[in-house]
Amino acid sequence: MVKVDGSGKSSLIQVRDLDKTYRRGEEDIEVLHGLNLDVEKGEFVAFMGPSGSGKTTLLNLLGGLDVPTRGSITVAGDEITHLSAGKLTEWRARHVGFIFQIYNLIPVLNAFKNVELPLLLTNLSKAERRQHVETALAVVGLSDRMYHFPRQLSGGQEQRVAIARAIVADPTFLLCDEPTGDLDRKRADEIMNLMEELVSKHHKTILMVTHDPLVAARAHTTLHLDKGYLVEGQKDPQTTLAGGM
Amino acid sequence: MKYGSLVLANLLRKKFRLVLTIGSFAVALFLFAFLGVVRDAFGRGADVAGADRLVIINRTSIINPIPLSYREKILRIPGVKVITHNNWFGGVYKDEKNFFPQFVIDPENQRQVFPEFSVPDDQWNKFVQDREGAIVGARTMERFGWKVGDRIPIKTTLYGGGSWEFNIDGVYHGKRAQDDETQFWFQWDYFEERIPDRVKGNIGWYVLRVDNPDESPRIAKAIDAEFANSPYETKTETESAFAAGWVKQFGNIQFLIVTIGSVVFFTLLLVTGNTMAISVRERTSELAVLKAIGFSDRRVALFILGESLVIALVGGLLGLLLATLAIPVLANALNGMLPNLILSPALLGFGLLTALVVGIVSGILPGIGAMRMRVVNALRRV
Repeated sequence: MVKVDGSGKSSLIQVRDLDKTYRRGEEDIEVLHGLNLDVEKGEFVAFMGPSGSGKTTLLNLLGGLDVPTRGSITVAGDEITHLSAGKLTEWRARHVGFIFQIYNLIPVLNAFKNVELPLLLTNLSKAERRQHVETALAVVGLSDRMYHFPRQLSGGQEQRVAIARAIVADPTFLLCDEPTGDLDRKRADEIMNLMEELVSKHHKTILMVTHDPLVAARAHTTLHLDKGYLVEGQKDPQTTLAGGM
Repeated sequence: MKYGSLVLANLLRKKFRLVLTIGSFAVALFLFAFLGVVRDAFGRGADVAGADRLVIINRTSIINPIPLSYREKILRIPGVKVITHNNWFGGVYKDEKNFFPQFVIDPENQRQVFPEFSVPDDQWNKFVQDREGAIVGARTMERFGWKVGDRIPIKTTLYGGGSWEFNIDGVYHGKRAQDDETQFWFQWDYFEERIPDRVKGNIGWYVLRVDNPDESPRIAKAIDAEFANSPYETKTETESAFAAGWVKQFGNIQFLIVTIGSVVFFTLLLVTGNTMAISVRERTSELAVLKAIGFSDRRVALFILGESLVIALVGGLLGLLLATLAIPVLANALNGMLPNLILSPALLGFGLLTALVVGIVSGILPGIGAMRMRVVNALRRV
């Protein structure tokens, strides 16, 4: 169940009174204002909104890539807002899987090596890492492309590799920034099918930013951001803010 | 080494650039090693000098003679153990380009004063009995393909000029790697017999050994005092001081070589530093992704430093290997114009250390840049 009124008690992700202000020259730009959010484990949440509404900023804050000006973010009981940069990096490695619009694979590494990257930070043996990578690539349907380099893959396949990289270390939740933004409709549908499968079969929690209403419609809940405020989701009749699906 | 494949993959991403960077490292290290070898060669006289040896030359300059009659007077000075005398011959074998140092020696005392040069006794005995005999250093024998028993002509423009014939009676070897094996020694009596009367009875310089090296300053002073105010005043100094003074005649070789070496070092630093900086700039987004998925700032910086070090190590080793192979060839090509060119293990070690220092320094700034890069900003730029 997703809530935006701060009433959640023991949700997986708790955001309270979150503000984010950037300073540009002499001017303060307020990007997020007093934002509250509760996301339960296994939820699939989409954030929509016009450019500059604060979607990516919210994602960066949730992923520990940026720190809020005020407020708190708690994930699985750990408040991350006051962690040092080093601790935040360690936290990201354990809890967050990132999926980007343009895949951001390392071009000089093959699919296997790209997916293996997050596991290099663990104490897993080489054999254990191999097993995990093979499983992740099997989940995204790319077992037969394991040793292909990004340039030898289609856009959809690259994004699948990126998804495998995001899930391979079994993070607490996945953050997706326009995961289908660079794909045609058919490939976008395939990626969304995969994400739905991750939630339904593998019980992953996904928070996704998108401009595409059809993609957002595949999520359990769609939240709208407008000028830094979370606006209740009546814009999409399929979405109920308080009740998830 | 689970990160090794990542470092290697990044290095190999621009193979042409990698080859050029490693190549510039190799060439620079080769040059560095060669300069070091030349510097060592010029300084070797002082290094190989006997601690208990003194050299006496004419106070005016080494090209001015000293009377042979001084010998007995010098031997009477307390602390002098043994003395020998030499003269420069200045000849060439067949052609001007075939230059090597020839010395007129005093067979009676040569081996006692220079024990670092060994000659088999049978060869030495034959030489002593052969008025036209010669003992030749192993390198010169090899250079001209001479054999013991050969009779060879040496042309000189000094001492009345002309071609002098010698019988090669033996070969000397240095006991240490740095000992000069290019010299050609022949008998004082043969020399005296052929030179014009006006220069007879004079020698070029004396070399003597003392009983106690600590006494050298006193003995040197006593010798010079003995011949003060004579037509042939002397200048006596330790062999190492003499060798250092000899090198100074060529100008400040040390300064020149150190200056060129420093320019090479800093050029290399700029080339590698620039390459690493470009390499980091080109993959800002990739480094940002690594940081996003949990690679620490320090680890990312270490990747950059690791790449820089691999370039330095491979380029450095290649350059030093090239130097190891090429320096003996160059030494031969220089036809003995320079003393022994020896690439010592210490110089190899110093070269490798220099390469690693360049690798570290050139990787540090790009590494710090990557470390300080904010993930959010870097991803926004993509």
